[in-house]
Amino acid sequence: MAERVWIGTKKGLFRAERKGRWTITRSWFLGVPVSAVLPDPRDGAVYVALNHGHFGTKVHRADDGERFAEIAVPTYPKKPEGLEDVDPYRKTPVPWSLVQLWCLEAGGRDQPGWLWAGTIPGGLFCSKDRGASWQLAESLWYGDDRRRWVGGGYDNPGIHSIVVDPRDSRRLSIGVSCGGVWHSRDAGATFALAAKGMRAAYMPEEHAFDEIAQDPHRIVACPAAPDRVWCQHHNGIFHSRDAGRTWSEVTADAPSRFGFAVAVHPRNPDTAWFVPATKDEMRIPVDGKVCVLRTTDGGKTLTALRRGLPQEHAYDLVYRHALDVDADATTLAMGSTTGSVWLSDDGGDGWQHLSAHLPPVHTVRFG
Amino acid sequence: MVRITFTENLVRHVACPEIEVEAGTVGEALEQAFRHVPALRGYVLDDQGEVRKHVIVLIDGQGLADRARLGQPLGGARRIHVLQALSGG
Repeated sequence: MAERVWIGTKKGLFRAERKGRWTITRSWFLGVPVSAVLPDPRDGAVYVALNHGHFGTKVHRADDGERFAEIAVPTYPKKPEGLEDVDPYRKTPVPWSLVQLWCLEAGGRDQPGWLWAGTIPGGLFCSKDRGASWQLAESLWYGDDRRRWVGGGYDNPGIHSIVVDPRDSRRLSIGVSCGGVWHSRDAGATFALAAKGMRAAYMPEEHAFDEIAQDPHRIVACPAAPDRVWCQHHNGIFHSRDAGRTWSEVTADAPSRFGFAVAVHPRNPDTAWFVPATKDEMRIPVDGKVCVLRTTDGGKTLTALRRGLPQEHAYDLVYRHALDVDADATTLAMGSTTGSVWLSDDGGDGWQHLSAHLPPVHTVRFG
Repeated sequence: MVRITFTENLVRHVACPEIEVEAGTVGEALEQAFRHVPALRGYVLDDQGEVRKHVIVLIDGQGLADRARLGQPLGGARRIHVLQALSGG
């Protein structure tokens, strides 16, 4: 049973623990934006990425889950003189400088100390020494196709999802806003784009199925069935049965299928959760009523779950890393941009408020 | 000698007391501070070695002419202030 959850917010890191009832027990880095948290299940260490507005991104690690110390941060290489690197649509320069560490993931069980970091403006970094040093995935960054990525969630493109295949840790898939889904079979040495079947409603019709034009908001794979991958996309929900290479759109009825977050059941790949907002230009709950969508049949149907969630004048938006399901498969947590955090002990049927007064929540994570 | 002072908002994150250094340019002065406190570099300069967008470096109260190259001579300057720009919410 889940015992603790980490909550990364715009103004600090918090931890809540189940002590009879869920309670916030400790805070760190108050006043500092937290962009990513990784409780590493392999050795118990906790990593946190900070985004100091003035002083850049920093990474800290707590080996005991309590006392954080600063470790190395991914660094972009010197930009070659004369190289043109601009957003293909906006024509604005892509900085060769870390803007934000957007997601942080552990390597495989057979790769102790390995970490993966997805960043804005689009670099993927690997550490093989628990964050003492970082190496850029060079073929991806220097490749011509990377320069076709465009800003989505932020002005510059970024990697927000990293899936490490538990059957073979050298196999990775990453989600790019905006740039589709990229796959590696060699621990990041090379990558290939594959996002067939994803549809971009925001593109001209003839480019709607361009794989590189896709804006996956978040991608997660079922740990027990890694070929089964779920994606909350900019304009819908998609599901893959071949490790994210081809996708089919979920068209089941729902209040909305727009949103950012998705979580998948750790053992049953037919079950996944989403948190809808009205649409891309109306990023608030439908009719001011917060709900969670759950499918238990592989996307044939979506059920809106509302018990315990506010059903009038609620304007909570749940960001892409702010929904998580514990390994116990029944405890869920989600946090919103208006500082609400809820937990569910029954797979999302009912929710309890942990707080309505936290800073805007960027990420929640059990561990 | 030039004295480098860091905003207390930076001192909160990385220990960087005032330091007096002998240097010909702004860049040399900052390098000496970084040698003293290696962690400081990433808080003041970005990945390309330029002064971070929201950090301000003042030489005797005047802004840097070139935030990228830092070759500006110090002349007889006595004070360098490393401050934060007003931004954010």
